Amino acid sequence: MTQAYNKPLPTPQVESDVYWQKAKEHELWLRYDNDAQQYYFYPRDISPITFSRNTEWRKVSGKATLYTYAIVHRAPHPGFVGDVPFVTALVELDEGPVMPTNIVMDDPTPEKLVIGMPLEVVFEDVTDDISLPKFKPA
Amino acid sequence: MADLSKSVAIVGVAESDEIGRVEKSNLQLHAEAAYNALEDAGLSMSDVNGLMTAGTSTINLGEYLGINPTYTDTTAVGGSSFIIHIAHAVAAINAGYCDTVLVTHGEAGRSARSRAGGNASDAGPQYETPYGFIGAPINYAMAARRYMHMYGERRVRQGMAEVAVATRKWANLNPKAYFKDTPMSFDDYHDSRWIAWPFHLPDCCLVTDAGGAYIVTTPERARDLPKAPVYVLGAAEGHDHGVLSQMKNLTRTWARYSGPAALQMAGVTHDDIDLAMIYDSFTYTVLATLESLGYCEPGEGPDFVANQRTAPGGDFAMNTSGGGLSYTHSGMYGMFLVLEAVRQLRGETGERQLDDPKLCLINGTGGSLSSTGTVVLGVD
Repeated sequence: MTQAYNKPLPTPQVESDVYWQKAKEHELWLRYDNDAQQYYFYPRDISPITFSRNTEWRKVSGKATLYTYAIVHRAPHPGFVGDVPFVTALVELDEGPVMPTNIVMDDPTPEKLVIGMPLEVVFEDVTDDISLPKFKPA
Repeated sequence: MADLSKSVAIVGVAESDEIGRVEKSNLQLHAEAAYNALEDAGLSMSDVNGLMTAGTSTINLGEYLGINPTYTDTTAVGGSSFIIHIAHAVAAINAGYCDTVLVTHGEAGRSARSRAGGNASDAGPQYETPYGFIGAPINYAMAARRYMHMYGERRVRQGMAEVAVATRKWANLNPKAYFKDTPMSFDDYHDSRWIAWPFHLPDCCLVTDAGGAYIVTTPERARDLPKAPVYVLGAAEGHDHGVLSQMKNLTRTWARYSGPAALQMAGVTHDDIDLAMIYDSFTYTVLATLESLGYCEPGEGPDFVANQRTAPGGDFAMNTSGGGLSYTHSGMYGMFLVLEAVRQLRGETGERQLDDPKLCLINGTGGSLSSTGTVVLGVD
């Protein structure tokens, strides 16, 4: 799979190493702002909600609902040519934050993709180092 | 804030020698547009002492053009940059850093078809592009899908079609428009292929090669030039987020701030405006922008543009050049909003000329609905 994978890959940063390491272990972890008592996405040491340093990593449930999506028919990059039509989406995690992802689904149509539908996280091991959190209908 | 309304004027505007499909370097497109805009203004390059652009460094641009500016600005916030440069020219000229500012754009968007990769530590490359969030159509389509969910799919689809068809009618009147000779019916719109559902191909702006430039100077100098000055009456700017997934309300752009602020600075209201030049990266961008600017309430955009109200002969003149959808769109289209606004206010637009317009509102949008600049221009 490593040789065949030709989509863009994330480059983990010091502040996001935990996110990507946990994803590799098929767990979804986010930063939590202890002052605001809210989760946020994407991971940053200093909270964008309060600009506080009083933040920490916490594991989240992986449950979400569909916030919005597009069904992509024209591949935006050579790596996606074999995937069209595929679904890009924003999902609202049960813990609050919205995150970007794909909805894993065969033959996607607007009829199958209902805003607000329940979803659960799945992890795609795309290389030896990177696993991408994606979502499927729950 | 100091009262800077009507303290500077735009005195020259131009495209590069050709636009559409032009296999030239980006800098050559900048330079041709600069040359043509100086000619339009009746100025020479030695008069220019402020230089502004987006997407390339003014160090390289100034060297290529052979000038040493005393004021430089490379604010790059996507397609809205060239609207925001007007506000920055107002500030720089009034502060005395320079008196004549050249703003240029050149992008072989069609021939190059590539965008910068970006910084790996930014949110986009790390959290969005691995999922195929690449390029504007996919990002804007997700915002439009949310809007449809909130305000009704059928009426929103009709509103998007109205914008696409009306804008094409204007392009059919513009000799420089990419789709000058290609009419489009509602059936053509609905029968066209999908790019990223809910966007059909005609919901998306063109990808062309094009350059453009305009020149801003003091009213004193403007009065000595051959063409009537187009005054900057109001200007405001700002941004909301970077990547789409960080946009808290996918249906409201920063025009909710920059629109009212620019109108207030100009001392005019929506009803006073004769022409609206609204960045139409996508049909949806127009609906969200009209609402954010305060032309109508949230969700009323489709009603506002109904029955070809924005087409030639309609009672709301908008995007009379044919817009990014049907005239030209090289990648950062904001520049071309300014060219059409100035030409309409000067009465230079031939077959598509409005009846003696005095006030024009321009709104540029950049990134993934991220940044906006709003400007109000006027003539005596």
